[in-house]
Amino acid sequence: MFAFTIRRLLASIPVLFFSTLLVFLLVASSVDPLEPLRAKNPPVPHQTLVALGTRLGLYHPLLQRYWDWLTGLVLHGNWGTPVQPGYHIAARLSSSFLVTFRLVIFSIFCSLALAIAVGVFSAVRQYSKMDYVATSIGFLFLSLPTFWFAALLKAWAIQFNSAVSPDHALIDTIGEASPNPPSGFFPQLGDAFGHLLLPTITLSLISYASWSRFQRASMLEVLNSDYIRLARAKGLSRRRVLFRHALRNALMPLTTQVALDTAALLGGAVITETVFEWHGMGYMFLQAVGNYDLFPLLAWLIVAALLVIVFNLIADLLYAVLDPRIRLA
Amino acid sequence: MPDTVTQQAASPTPAAAEREFTVKVRTQREIVFRRYLEHRAAVVSSVVLLLLILVAFFGPLFWHTPFTLMTNDIEVGPSTAHPFGTDSNGFDLFSQVLHGTQRSLEIAVSVSLVSTVFGAIYGAAAGFYRGWIDTIMMRFADLVLTLPALVFAIIITDKASPTVAGQWYFLAAILAALFWPSCARVVRAQVLSLREKEFVEAARALGANDRRIIFRHILPNTLGSIFVIATLTVAGTVLVETALSFLGFGIKPPDTSLGLLVESGKTAIQDGYPWLFYIPGIFIVLIVLTINFIGDGLRDAFDPQQTRVRA
Amino acid sequence: MSDFLNPAIEVDTFDGADLLTVDNLTVDFPTADGVVRAVRGVSYRLRPGEVLGIVGESGSGKSVSSMAVMGLLPRTAQIKGSIKFRGEELLGLSEVEMMSVRGKKIAMIFQDPMTSLNPVYKIGFQLEEAVLAHNDIPKAEARKRALELLNIVGIPFPDKRVDQFPHEFSGGMRQRVVIAIAMANNPDIIIADEPTTALDVTVQAQVLEALRAAQRETGAAMVLITHDLGVVAGQADRVLVMYAGKPVEIGSVDDIYYNPRMPYTLGLLGSLPRLDSSRTDRLTPIQGAPPSLLNLPPGCPFTPRCPMAQPVCSEREPDLLPVGAGHDSACHFSGQLTDKHAEDVFSATAVDAQIPAEFGADVQPPADSTTIVESAS
Repeated sequence: MFAFTIRRLLASIPVLFFSTLLVFLLVASSVDPLEPLRAKNPPVPHQTLVALGTRLGLYHPLLQRYWDWLTGLVLHGNWGTPVQPGYHIAARLSSSFLVTFRLVIFSIFCSLALAIAVGVFSAVRQYSKMDYVATSIGFLFLSLPTFWFAALLKAWAIQFNSAVSPDHALIDTIGEASPNPPSGFFPQLGDAFGHLLLPTITLSLISYASWSRFQRASMLEVLNSDYIRLARAKGLSRRRVLFRHALRNALMPLTTQVALDTAALLGGAVITETVFEWHGMGYMFLQAVGNYDLFPLLAWLIVAALLVIVFNLIADLLYAVLDPRIRLA
Repeated sequence: MPDTVTQQAASPTPAAAEREFTVKVRTQREIVFRRYLEHRAAVVSSVVLLLLILVAFFGPLFWHTPFTLMTNDIEVGPSTAHPFGTDSNGFDLFSQVLHGTQRSLEIAVSVSLVSTVFGAIYGAAAGFYRGWIDTIMMRFADLVLTLPALVFAIIITDKASPTVAGQWYFLAAILAALFWPSCARVVRAQVLSLREKEFVEAARALGANDRRIIFRHILPNTLGSIFVIATLTVAGTVLVETALSFLGFGIKPPDTSLGLLVESGKTAIQDGYPWLFYIPGIFIVLIVLTINFIGDGLRDAFDPQQTRVRA
Repeated sequence: MSDFLNPAIEVDTFDGADLLTVDNLTVDFPTADGVVRAVRGVSYRLRPGEVLGIVGESGSGKSVSSMAVMGLLPRTAQIKGSIKFRGEELLGLSEVEMMSVRGKKIAMIFQDPMTSLNPVYKIGFQLEEAVLAHNDIPKAEARKRALELLNIVGIPFPDKRVDQFPHEFSGGMRQRVVIAIAMANNPDIIIADEPTTALDVTVQAQVLEALRAAQRETGAAMVLITHDLGVVAGQADRVLVMYAGKPVEIGSVDDIYYNPRMPYTLGLLGSLPRLDSSRTDRLTPIQGAPPSLLNLPPGCPFTPRCPMAQPVCSEREPDLLPVGAGHDSACHFSGQLTDKHAEDVFSATAVDAQIPAEFGADVQPPADSTTIVESAS
């Protein structure tokens, strides 16, 4: 198991390397930090532009820029030079990450729990009314645009607030925390949760829909297998067969699916954060894009790529833990 | 043991042999079609979608108000002149929604076509030849997959030259470039298992070359999955494109998209003009939902399993 | 035998009488194309310690009828008739009640050993689980029993094997583990559904040996389902031949093999190559395929393939009637089949069947052949 982990870790490194290369090439060739300054009125003096360009290393060939950036980051912890003064990339990255992280983790937890429960239930009560209803609702959620649903929830919450308690919002719709957060650990936690409510609902509903369908299919396939038939023939209770034997096997494909969906989840987080005005990764990203700020953008993309690779690694490891046949691979 | 050479023992009569086949024989196409028809939601969705397409593409030809016309009716609710009402600029929402639907479908279908065809050929080649060709090809595909689609679409569309940026075919090209790997993956997996099947070995033994085997034997068996992927990609593209337009990185004015309409209507509920927000959104849901059901129906028709709900 | 399971003092109120009585069992499956009548009236009795072989082609209903005994058919199956175990009716029992029968009183072995075991749990765990499900004993005892069972079925190095996963076992060994699981609680009946079909011939012998060992150790009666007449000959006391969902002949092994009284049975025997037949003897296979159970025409279902078919055969399905002591057959013309062999009823169908085999290669082609071959004589 340990050897397996090491093998997988080592295999991830070249992937990460090539990912950074691809990302850098794509982004560095599309994003020119000097662009907004060129369009300014009154025009920025040419020397200033050249000076800034040199500082950012823009006049070197693309591959050299990549190498400089990569070595700077890995060896010196240098994230690069932002265009905006006073913008500290690392600090901004970590604070944004923490904000988004709690949203994504909480959403994954909620949608996974719900998806497994509904998936199992639908499979066991196949073709029943509840199954039919759950599947139809799942289809509906799958077809909902995240941004529309988020805006909808926000609008409803605002109406609800003004109708029920006009002076102080019951359901928080803006930001990840109140501007003047209450003091003390638990009140702060409560405040955070209040703000988490709507974005989590938005983000989890769509992954829930996809995962519950998946889990249902996986569960049904397992329930029709020979070893489940043998387990029943042994005289084991239905519950034991269902959870100890069926679910245990049916969960395996879902882990890979969840990992693969994380990349999509990041995109969804961008949208959700925009609508609910959170200051997380989404906000940092859009700001960097808007300002043509190359290095914060690259830093952001690296973290995103790292997240995807880490999640894939976790999925691989989890699968190996769950399925003894894989450990030899 | 009788020593006569010929032994005419009674053999079954033709009429009796007929009795053996008591179930009707059907062609492959008939079977698939029939199974599709059993999926109620898919059939209903096909009809609805067809109507939607007809209205979206031909409706504007007959409708009195083009979507670019700023009428004098500002923020009017649904009425006979303006079935979906108007917005703060006097644009007729009905016209705008039709045009937005048109745009979204154009983009989605082009993206799906290009990415599916490319992805299928790519995946089939990788799966068929295996070895290091496969490894390199799929590593590259995996790499593209690690890029969050929305994020990269934003970066690239935003930084493209202004003349190209708002054009729908540019957006379609970018999205196709981001979506092809998932199709390639699925087709590759299928091809990998198909190529081990005995009928491929048999074809080879009869002297078929690679091209013939891929196109005549393997690909036809993957057609089912390809159709399903193509359909679901259309749905997925609609969602991504509208999201991009919502954020301001997709279709830009004066062209319109359902996403843009949602964006401009996002405060409409509080402001008292709810139709500006609900209607574009409902249209998006309608399009994606019908396509999803059709995709499900296709999946069921080509490869029925007990795992599907008879929706 | 371990002494914590089934202490010798168990009051057997049914000694000698039938352990299992299946009476007119029918199973129907509603499908999109109509109702599939998989089992159309099966009746048999099983006595303690007896081995009943059920023989038939795929689709004859042999597996379905045994799954009905275990209560393992899907919910959509419509089951009618009666299945009595020690006089107690099994059909209609609740799931909880069936749970105490399965694995403890009646155990089952399935066909494909590669998929019968849960791939994520160790062999030892799956064996212990079978024991612990019906006995409230400490884990250590269950483990001892597991090792004992592996020994009985002939798994080498059981103490190492018990902590391994199924994918580390070969097909034959996996099937032996499945047999071990089946005998874990000393059941009264073991149903083996095509236990050797998926295995090589050499492995078959090992598995059959394990089955024999299981029977010896537990004293259980066995229902051995197979399409392989060779397997049945070596193991069974009585044989039930099934065709198209119904029994067509039932009798002792000797009755069936030496005095078959139904054309289908004759045909089956004639399809079997024998080591002791002469080189020149030809096989006489049964032409055609089994009928669809969806739209079964009236009359005897074997009619299209039966060389002895007469008009009455397509009108009326023959009943299972006695043709000897403990020997029943379902054929209108069973009386004509005394002392007949397969080649008397069926013909060889090979293209060169017309040619006497003594002549070997250089032989005249049949007169109606379209190819002209120069004979080299």
